[in-house]
This record gives sequence, C-alpha cells and structure tokens, in this order.
Amino acid sequence: MAADPLIRVTGLRKAFAGHVVLADVRLEVRAGEAVALLGANGAGKTTLLRILATLTRPSRGTAFVLGHDCARAPERVRPHIGLVAHGAYVYEDLTALENLRFWTALSGLAADGAVLARALAAVELERFAGERVRTFSAGMKRRLSLARFVLSRPRVLLLDEPFAGLDQRAKKWLEGYLEAFKAAGGALVMATHSFGRELALADRIVILAARTIALDTPRASMGAEEIARLYRLHTEDGA
Amino acid sequence: MERRSKETLNALAFFSLLLLFVFQFTLGPDRERLAAALPGILWLGFVLAGLLGLGRTFVLERENDCWDALLLAPGDKSAIYVGKLAGNVLLMLVVETLLLVLFTFFFNVDLAGALPALALVVALGTLGLAAVGTLFAAMTAQVRARELLFPVLLLPVQVPVLLATVKATEAVLLGEPLSAVAHWLKLLVAADVVYVAAGVLTFDFLLES
Repeated sequence: MAADPLIRVTGLRKAFAGHVVLADVRLEVRAGEAVALLGANGAGKTTLLRILATLTRPSRGTAFVLGHDCARAPERVRPHIGLVAHGAYVYEDLTALENLRFWTALSGLAADGAVLARALAAVELERFAGERVRTFSAGMKRRLSLARFVLSRPRVLLLDEPFAGLDQRAKKWLEGYLEAFKAAGGALVMATHSFGRELALADRIVILAARTIALDTPRASMGAEEIARLYRLHTEDGA
Repeated sequence: MERRSKETLNALAFFSLLLLFVFQFTLGPDRERLAAALPGILWLGFVLAGLLGLGRTFVLERENDCWDALLLAPGDKSAIYVGKLAGNVLLMLVVETLLLVLFTFFFNVDLAGALPALALVVALGTLGLAAVGTLFAAMTAQVRARELLFPVLLLPVQVPVLLATVKATEAVLLGEPLSAVAHWLKLLVAADVVYVAAGVLTFDFLLES
C-alpha cells in the first residue's frame, strides 16, 4: 500500500474579490516526489503555492500538508514546509550568520554557532558567514534562504520559479540540492512557466490552465517536445 | 540593524531639531507663555517624532520582502511584537532624551529638579504610545495609504495616554510631587497594561489576517 501523500488538495477554489483564480483543484504529492507546476502568468501557480504555504486561505475546498489543514491549523503545517518565493526572505543589512541566527530564534530552534556554521557550509556559504547579504548575488541569497531549511528540515519544499535569475553554477548547485532533498524523502512543488531544470527534476508535470489542473501526468512518459506541445495546447487554447 | 545603520535615529534627531526651531520661533522669549505651553509642546514633539519612528516599525520587512518569512516562522508570533515594541521604546527614549536636552538648551529651562519624576512620566507615556503604535504599524504595514492611515488610527486611541502624560508633565514641571498626579499615573499604568496585553494577545491574529 502506498504511503499517504504529504500534500493533498481537494476541491480547492480561490477567488479574489469575485475573480476566480483556482477552481476545483485536486492534487496529491507523495514523499520523494517532485511536481513541476506549469502554467501561464496568472494561471494561479503562485496562489496555489501560497495556499499550501498557509499564507493565503482558500475560498473553498481543503489543502492538507502531512495531514494538517493549511487553513485551519497553519501553525501545525509551518514546521513541515519551506517556501522559496521570489524574495529570499533575508535581511540585506544583516550578515549571513546573523540572518540564520535571527531566523532560528524566531522559529524557536536551538542552534549554537557550530550548528549555524554547518548549515552555512551545507549551502557552501561558510566563507561568507560574516558578510552582509547586501553584497551577495541572487544565487547566494537563494542558498542562504535554503540554509534555513538545513536547520528546520521541512518535509515539503514549495518553490516559485526556483531557477530564475541564477547563473549556471548556482543552477547546478540548486539542482543537486533539490535532488538530495527529494532522495531524502521530501516532496517538492516547483511553480514555473519555463521548461528549464525544473522539468528535469520533476517526476510529474502538472499544468494549470483555465483555473484548474488541466493535465497531471508522469514526467517519464513524455519528452520535452511533448510537454511543450501540451503546454501550448492548454495555456494558449485552453486557458 | 538600526544600531548599525542609525537611519531612523538620525532622521528623528534632525526632525526633533527642526521642530524645536519652529517652537522657539513661534513662542519667542516670553517665559510665562513658555511655561504654560511647555508640557504640551514637549509631548507634541515626542508624539510627532514617535509617529515617524513607529510608522517605520515594519519597513525592514517590506524592503527585504520578509513579511511572509515572519508569518511562516513556526514560533510564537507575540515574540515578534514584544521584540518590535522593545526596539521602538528604546528608540523613542533615545530621541526623547535628546529632545529634552535640546529643550533645556533652546528654551533655557532647568529640568534637573523635575528629572526623576519626569523620567517616570515619559517612560510610562512612551510605553503606551509604542504599544499601540507597534500594533497599528503591523496592521497598516501591508495596506496602501499606510502613511495616512497610521496616524489617523493611532492618535484617537492615544487620547487617554496623551491626556494623562500632558497633565502629569505639567504638574511635575510646576514642582508638584508625584502623589499629586497619582490619578493620572494610575491611568497611564492602566493604559499601558491594557495596550501591551492587547498587542501580545492580538498580534498573531493580526499577522494572519
């Protein structure tokens, strides 16, 4: 018998001031699985991620992470999730180490200097521990953002355009990091509208169009050209 | 971060200096008029500087796109309120101390005798002002026209604190003992307790909504 999914979304609907963004969305993501959430701009990818991250409440339907309701028990969901959105969620005037220290204090995590140093080493930022984040590149900021999850060890990572704005080296590093996360039993949901590295990592392709999931299919069964064809079909004709 | 950049502190110090120039120019050298107006203008200075400083409580979260990170942190959200409140109280006390020193210089008044009692009144008033200010700063941090909404929401709620602080300051500057203004001090303490408790209890709900 397959294990319970880490993410379970059923009948999800979200409307902003009467404008329906998501309608009857159903999605399940299991441990060790990566889902690439494709869709045109405004398709509702970020909204779905924010609902799973407990930052936005659904208008109807339910979203569960590790069995906890994202809307009714967000405080139970939060220790299990890590969100990497467009911002890196770091304070630019603090150093890398200070940012981690602040975040662990805020999260109530016990972490001494050695633990923080190990977290920075895990994202290859140990040499920059004492430098202000203002001087960091986009890739370094994203790595620092991920260092938080080395400490909190979430089971689910929610990523919005994770490879956007990164150079080739940073992309390669992030790809390795996410592969390792997946291999350790974590679940990944990556929202994107590109056909880059997210697709290589993904086990499933989910296309959001016309406010709902238009396609949910295993990645292995399709080549890049087939995915692009289906994407065009759903986002241009179906959206 | 404020200790490192001194961004808000420098701006508030400069603002206080300008404010005192305006007060000095308006009131002139008339000692009697000054004595009558001093408690009011002292707190007007504190409140105006406080409004500027308190309004920036969550500016770092906005500028660094860290608002969601605060929400997502699994810890107790009231700790964020207490931390922000402590920072605001500290910043306001530094600015108020500077304002008091400048007052004695600009208006040639001797506050030395009244200083211990004045310090108590200022501390209680500052806590009340900062407690509501920190809460309302969070409430308006993510809305448009927050610069307009913040003082409009804050000042009416501050009426009991302002009334009590101005009356108590007036008595203290006239050389009256604190016991003579005990009722105003009790009101200040009660307002502080209510405002801080309301902040701690409602901050989580406020962040979530």
